[in-house]
Amino acid sequence: MNLRDVKEILDAEVLCCEDLLDREVTTCFACDLISEMLLHVQSNTLLVTSLTNAHILHAAQVMDALAVVFVAGKRPDVNVIKKSEQSGLPLMTTKKLIFECCGLLYMNGIRGNLEEYD
Amino acid sequence: MLNDSFRFTPHITLEFKIGEKDFFIAGESASRVKKTLQQLGMKQEIIKRTAIIIYEAAMNVAIHANHGTLKVYIDPEVISIITEDKGPGIPDIELAMKEGYSTASHEVREMGFGAGMGLPNIKQCSDELDIDTKVGVGTTLKAKICLNNKV
Ligand SMILES: Nc1ncnc2c1ncn2[C@@H]1O[C@H](COP(=O)(O)OP(=O)(O)OP(=O)(O)O)[C@@H](O)[C@H]1O
Ligand SMILES: [Mg+2]
Repeated sequence: MNLRDVKEILDAEVLCCEDLLDREVTTCFACDLISEMLLHVQSNTLLVTSLTNAHILHAAQVMDALAVVFVAGKRPDVNVIKKSEQSGLPLMTTKKLIFECCGLLYMNGIRGNLEEYD
Repeated sequence: MLNDSFRFTPHITLEFKIGEKDFFIAGESASRVKKTLQQLGMKQEIIKRTAIIIYEAAMNVAIHANHGTLKVYIDPEVISIITEDKGPGIPDIELAMKEGYSTASHEVREMGFGAGMGLPNIKQCSDELDIDTKVGVGTTLKAKICLNNKV
């Protein structure tokens, strides 16, 4: 599926990079702790989080995330959205809570992702 | 796999100042170095490991120490990432290396930090890690990523 499908499934509102929604999604990582994300996340993953500060965007860039979905109706402030638009990282917000988002995505074939360096 | 641009990797030094409570320099410097490594044609896995180490190490300086520096040396065989600070130092490094151990404040946790995963993360991403720390004096962290393919 692509980000457009994710938008439909989660009944989400796109906050920026509307033109990049053709990106394919196969995996997702949901978490509110940045180091935890950095430790586990593979590149090209959809992030689901309730963090909306600018750090999440930096972290998303460090881990080459596909896009970020904010849950529980949260939305970052305009500067964060602007910066994200510039760097080509699509952002969405949904009223659904984190468990529901993960459940819906999983039901539609999205899987978790784990990467270990050894 | 070595490609042409990789074989001609020059020696590059990148330096960043980490100001007091500067929570943004970590992400910015990680992005900057990432771009440089991409231009050099480095493998994505190497780029990501480097970016994670920079991010976590610089963030630790900003959060746990007062200020410091970040230096990144890119050589044909190795990428070295060094942070130096004159912060409080780490009293028990073994404990600090444990997953989940964190002394981060409530405010810092609210921003999404303080999982106690930074140092374990750095360790996992680096081929060599050396932390020199003294209570009341400061901390120097040196991480290396080897560029020659491991057998
Ligand atoms: N440069 C430093 N100066 C002083 N103390 C440090 C420094 N770096 C790490 N520490 C100590 O080591 C602990 C563990 O660090 P680590 O990076 O693993 O977790 P954290 O920074 O608390 O949380 P996270 O990195 O997951 O956001 C810190 O909570 C802090 O007490
Ligand atoms: Mg840390």
